[in-house]
Amino acid sequence: MSVAVVGFAQSIGSVDLVPVFQRALANAGLERREVDFWCSGSSDYVVGRAFSFVSAVDAIGASPPICESHVEMDAAWALYEAYVKILAGEAETALVYGFGAASAGDIRRILALQLDPYTVAPLWPDAVSIAALQARAAIDAGVLSDVDLSDESDWVAPPIRVNHCAPVPDGAAAVVLAATERARQLRERPAWITGFAHRIDPQGLGERDLTTVPSATAAAAEADVAGVEVAELHAPYLHQGLLLRRAMGLGAKTRVTRRPAPMFAAGLARIGTAAEEILTGRSTVTLGHATSGPALQQNLVCVMRAEP
Amino acid sequence: MLGTGQTEHRSKRLDVSMAGLCREAIDRALADAGTTWEQIDAVVLGKAPDLFEGVMMPELFLADALGAVGKPLLRVHTAGSVGGATAIVATTLIRAGVHRRVLAVAFEKQSESNAMWALSIQPPFTAPIGAGAGGYFAPHVRAYIRRAGAPPHVGALVAVKDRRNGALNPYAHLRQPEITCESVRSSVMLWDPIRYDETCPSSDGACAVVIGDQAAAEASTGHVAWIKATAMRSEPTSYSGKDHVDPRAGAEAARALWRAAGITAPIDEIDVAELYVPFSWYEPMWLENLGFAAPGQGWKLTEAGETAIGGRLPVNPSGGVLCSNPIGASGLLRFAEAAMQVMGRAGAHQVPGATTALGHAYGGGSQFFSMWVVGRRP
Repeated sequence: MSVAVVGFAQSIGSVDLVPVFQRALANAGLERREVDFWCSGSSDYVVGRAFSFVSAVDAIGASPPICESHVEMDAAWALYEAYVKILAGEAETALVYGFGAASAGDIRRILALQLDPYTVAPLWPDAVSIAALQARAAIDAGVLSDVDLSDESDWVAPPIRVNHCAPVPDGAAAVVLAATERARQLRERPAWITGFAHRIDPQGLGERDLTTVPSATAAAAEADVAGVEVAELHAPYLHQGLLLRRAMGLGAKTRVTRRPAPMFAAGLARIGTAAEEILTGRSTVTLGHATSGPALQQNLVCVMRAEP
Repeated sequence: MLGTGQTEHRSKRLDVSMAGLCREAIDRALADAGTTWEQIDAVVLGKAPDLFEGVMMPELFLADALGAVGKPLLRVHTAGSVGGATAIVATTLIRAGVHRRVLAVAFEKQSESNAMWALSIQPPFTAPIGAGAGGYFAPHVRAYIRRAGAPPHVGALVAVKDRRNGALNPYAHLRQPEITCESVRSSVMLWDPIRYDETCPSSDGACAVVIGDQAAAEASTGHVAWIKATAMRSEPTSYSGKDHVDPRAGAEAARALWRAAGITAPIDEIDVAELYVPFSWYEPMWLENLGFAAPGQGWKLTEAGETAIGGRLPVNPSGGVLCSNPIGASGLLRFAEAAMQVMGRAGAHQVPGATTALGHAYGGGSQFFSMWVVGRRP
């Protein structure tokens, strides 16, 4: 059994899901009713209310009832759940979507609530300051140099400057998956998933070496990144892209891109963008990556190839 | 399913942190399964809304306590059905051949925050009801009573049965061996027709299960529960034609489940059912939705005592959600209790000779359903 990405769409600046579904399905050449399994990723804390994913189900038009699930994670992990569902033979096609409207609140402050609620979160360390601790540790350890992080923009939290931070617009993304035969029917050149792995590191900022990313290293090793031509990394900060590249052993020839990162759709959008490279014939081996948690705690790697 | 573990469920488990609560269930599940940490390939964590504890994605800070460091960790959230969905995601990981042994954990520590507050954040342009889940479901119960012509004491009968069953379960939050139909019917009316004694408590609690492949099951020294079939279905909260009494998503999930398990007459072929019954009247409603009884006939099984231990279809011998409701874990508890029954490890609330059991969970506005059938034999 092989699984391939056969469709992708994203929206920057809006979390209107229906048009994103329509474009992703049109891209795949699939009808809404032909989707066997729907899976999404989002966060209640970004929206500021409990059960926020429930109203998103309305965008599907889930009547008659559908097979559907949700992860409280970046939708890249929802893609993993759907990938496994197809591998298990429980579905032949899947549509996976993620969405996040960070404009609803102060996302850098909200992310402090991901930290240990008994000892760390009460201090309200904001997301940029934690990333800055990591960047500083990397410079002190000689893993990165001040030159790597030098530009003229203003400081946010030294050594992090404004230009080091990926923009976090509101947005959504959708990826369509299909099993072997179906994928061949739908697309001339499906993006075959040949490696898909994720790992998590301990969260405590003093419990791990912030300058290495063991979870990314292990995920990349399992997914087999050999020959990757384009790597789409989900790196919220400049130094994190550099640390990830090193941790995943991406060669000098690898093109690493950084783009706007809507909350909980960013990782999925990186995989979708990497898949498009293959779907359109521009590349033959690509990689999409997602990260979650403070200072690159959790990482996922999806390797796609033109041949299964 | 190699083994199960659960915590002592209480309104406030102030003796443990969230990590300690999860570990209590996990350590018991690993011991029950005869499994070591090294044998666990991946962890799936399920939990209802993060606002219930006030921690965004708590699996991140819990990664170490869950034994997930260096492993894949998934966090599932499908509203009240999440405990069931967590077990199903773990099952799919095994069925796909990705892993050999997966640990599924679900918890809720409601005492860390305030669930009523978390459920009362008002989106713009919607009517402020502020009545919690009971206020949402009470009109649907009234509709059921009217449609089925059910006598008014059936809800109380369910409460008496479940609370007395709970008294047989050392982990149950509410254990009330002395409860009677009269005492239930004289308890405070909360949301007509749901009285205080007919509603679930708010609990701190966790549940964990170890799911393994065939080789892991065959290597197990104790009895395992073989997973015969799983099913999940979702539909919108409201749409033209939505039936809150007999939701189509639940009925279709059940049909798919019975088909996959090779079951043609559920009432004859299922020995025990753990159903998600947060308010007493949901027992007869789900009996009909699942196909154990014809529409309008479910209450007759309850009234005749057929859902008690020793009846034709014992329902919630553990005491069910009416006795313990750590929301995110409540669905996994149903799935785990179904497995415990067919493994013969349900202690004082064991249904004698149980070989095939149903675990069931639902969530949202009666719109998310997850269920499985487990058996004593492969």
